[in-house]
Amino acid sequence: MSDGTGTGSEAAQGTERRVRVVLVDDHRMFRTGVQAEIGRTEVTGVEVVGEAADVDQAVTVITATRPEVVLLDVHLPGGGGVEVLRRCASLMAAAEHPVRFLALSVSDAAEDVIGVIRGGARGYVTKTITGTDLVDSIFRVQEGDAVFSPRLAGFVLDAFASTDAPPVDEDLDRLTQREREVLRLIARGYAYKEIAKQLFISVKTVESHVSAVLRKLQLSNRHELTRWATARRLV
Amino acid sequence: MSAAARVTDIDEPPVRRLYRSADGRWLGGVARGLAGHLGLPVIWVRAFFVALMLADGLGALLYAVFWIVVPLGVGGRSAPRPVFETTPDGRRRLRKPDRGQVFALVALALGISAFIGNLNVDKQAGRYIWPSLLIGVGVVLVWRQADNARRASWTDPDRRRRVLQLVRGLVGVALVGTGLAVFLVVRGSVTQLGTALTAAVAVLTGIALLAGPWLVRMSQDLSEERTLRIRAQERAEVAAHVHDSVLHTLTLIQRNADDPGEVRRLARAQERELRNWLYRPEGTGKEEDEEPTTLAEAVKRSAAEVEDKHGVPLEVVVVGDCPLDEGLGAQMQAAREAMVNAAKYGGEGGPVQVFAEVEGRTVFVSVKDRGPGFDLDAVPADRMGVRESIIGRMQRNGGSARLRSVPGGGTEVELEMERADG
Repeated sequence: MSDGTGTGSEAAQGTERRVRVVLVDDHRMFRTGVQAEIGRTEVTGVEVVGEAADVDQAVTVITATRPEVVLLDVHLPGGGGVEVLRRCASLMAAAEHPVRFLALSVSDAAEDVIGVIRGGARGYVTKTITGTDLVDSIFRVQEGDAVFSPRLAGFVLDAFASTDAPPVDEDLDRLTQREREVLRLIARGYAYKEIAKQLFISVKTVESHVSAVLRKLQLSNRHELTRWATARRLV
Repeated sequence: MSAAARVTDIDEPPVRRLYRSADGRWLGGVARGLAGHLGLPVIWVRAFFVALMLADGLGALLYAVFWIVVPLGVGGRSAPRPVFETTPDGRRRLRKPDRGQVFALVALALGISAFIGNLNVDKQAGRYIWPSLLIGVGVVLVWRQADNARRASWTDPDRRRRVLQLVRGLVGVALVGTGLAVFLVVRGSVTQLGTALTAAVAVLTGIALLAGPWLVRMSQDLSEERTLRIRAQERAEVAAHVHDSVLHTLTLIQRNADDPGEVRRLARAQERELRNWLYRPEGTGKEEDEEPTTLAEAVKRSAAEVEDKHGVPLEVVVVGDCPLDEGLGAQMQAAREAMVNAAKYGGEGGPVQVFAEVEGRTVFVSVKDRGPGFDLDAVPADRMGVRESIIGRMQRNGGSARLRSVPGGGTEVELEMERADG
């Protein structure tokens, strides 16, 4: 999603930045792999404070450790990532130190992606992501921004594009031209920094556009998204 | 998965089906089954059947129909009541039958005698009553035996009960045989033709009565078995697929463990195949070698082939879809060329991103890699790949191609084409 060298040095520079992370995945091998990839705290700034293998464990561990970011698998025994999000809703909404969720899944099926995003996850990356990109994404989520993989951007574009009649309250449900452009560039594989350069805006602006898209995805429970989801039998 | 789970959650509860009760039944379990299904006391249902017996044996007929058609189930009774009960002073004594049961038995006896009395108007007909009753009781015994044979497949009865069942079945057959014999003997005095005819009819009826329930049950069992078999077949198909492709690939990967490129290629190809297979939409079981007819299919196909050939992962994102026409076909070829270039020269920097979008009448394809990049003007004039296969081809078909390359920052090829028909 972004060029390896840039983000890698960025993460290394920010050693004073620390983020506490909980890993939720039912495959121990995968947790071990992620741990090895991002867990060298002095280099990456990521500290893995807990692991969980199913929904109940996840809720217990997250409540006990109150991490800043949870790396959440979508397919989990006991109800899946959506169930974890549902039961941690109060933690996400907390005014101080909210827990933020980043979905990390091998699945890139539309229903999984849209499901966890609407459940409240702040981003979605697939398991093919590189270690440095993952670290970058974790920090981005910690700061409250949204992280979209190219595929997720594609799904969102698809969801909002397949409309014929524009709905009444455009502000809420429709993507603005700029948001659409940003998403399109993400889908084409550009990093946030590169998008900023291309569109002559700041990285912060790119991030706020992406966050706006995320907000609309969670809020728009009617019009095209509903129709789209119904058409694909997702709701 | 989340969505699927939600769907099943809101699903209606399964339709309540009528079963005959195998527990606590007197005859076929019809009355108990009906009582459980309707939520009525079983005694009411039994009384209803007995009352119907008075109407020319309609009750018996109805009961028989229920017995044949309704499948046997379990449940419908909480706990068997012991024959003996313990009095407060510690002695065991025979449990007093409760009033309802006594009433039911009396009603049944009354019903049967009334039924026989009804029929007994004619002296001539009276001669057939007892053979008929014999046959009836025999058939009932045989049917119960058939039920018990079915039940035996769920609960293995002990030896004594099995002997009992065998005896019961034999008694049933014997009774039917006796009844038929009596029929023949009684009719023996009348004309020869009539006797032969009656005998034939009687034997056929007897066979039908004996075999009927078995045939009905067998067809029911068969359809049940078929659904089970379909399920088993699906499972076997999954197992076979996983075995054939996934395990083979894993073996190949182990063998090529020291060749990371080959391992990556194998793993990616297998991942893609398994994904296709798992998430393929039902009913569109397209064969691999069919020519793609839509844009999304074509893009995915090309990307898969390039990925297999060059061992570089390609991430494909498709937004919207449309049928392929001539211009789009050319665009697909150009895109494929761009993918090959990206995989060959830019695959070191990570996965190649392929993005295709249908928006209105415009189809846009972008192929982006994170390789070293190159300067188009510095490419020798005799190298025709980019100029002819990509840019030239697009222009000849009325589209446009743009090449963006920053040395050190990767290369992106953008292809745009108008659709021929809206």
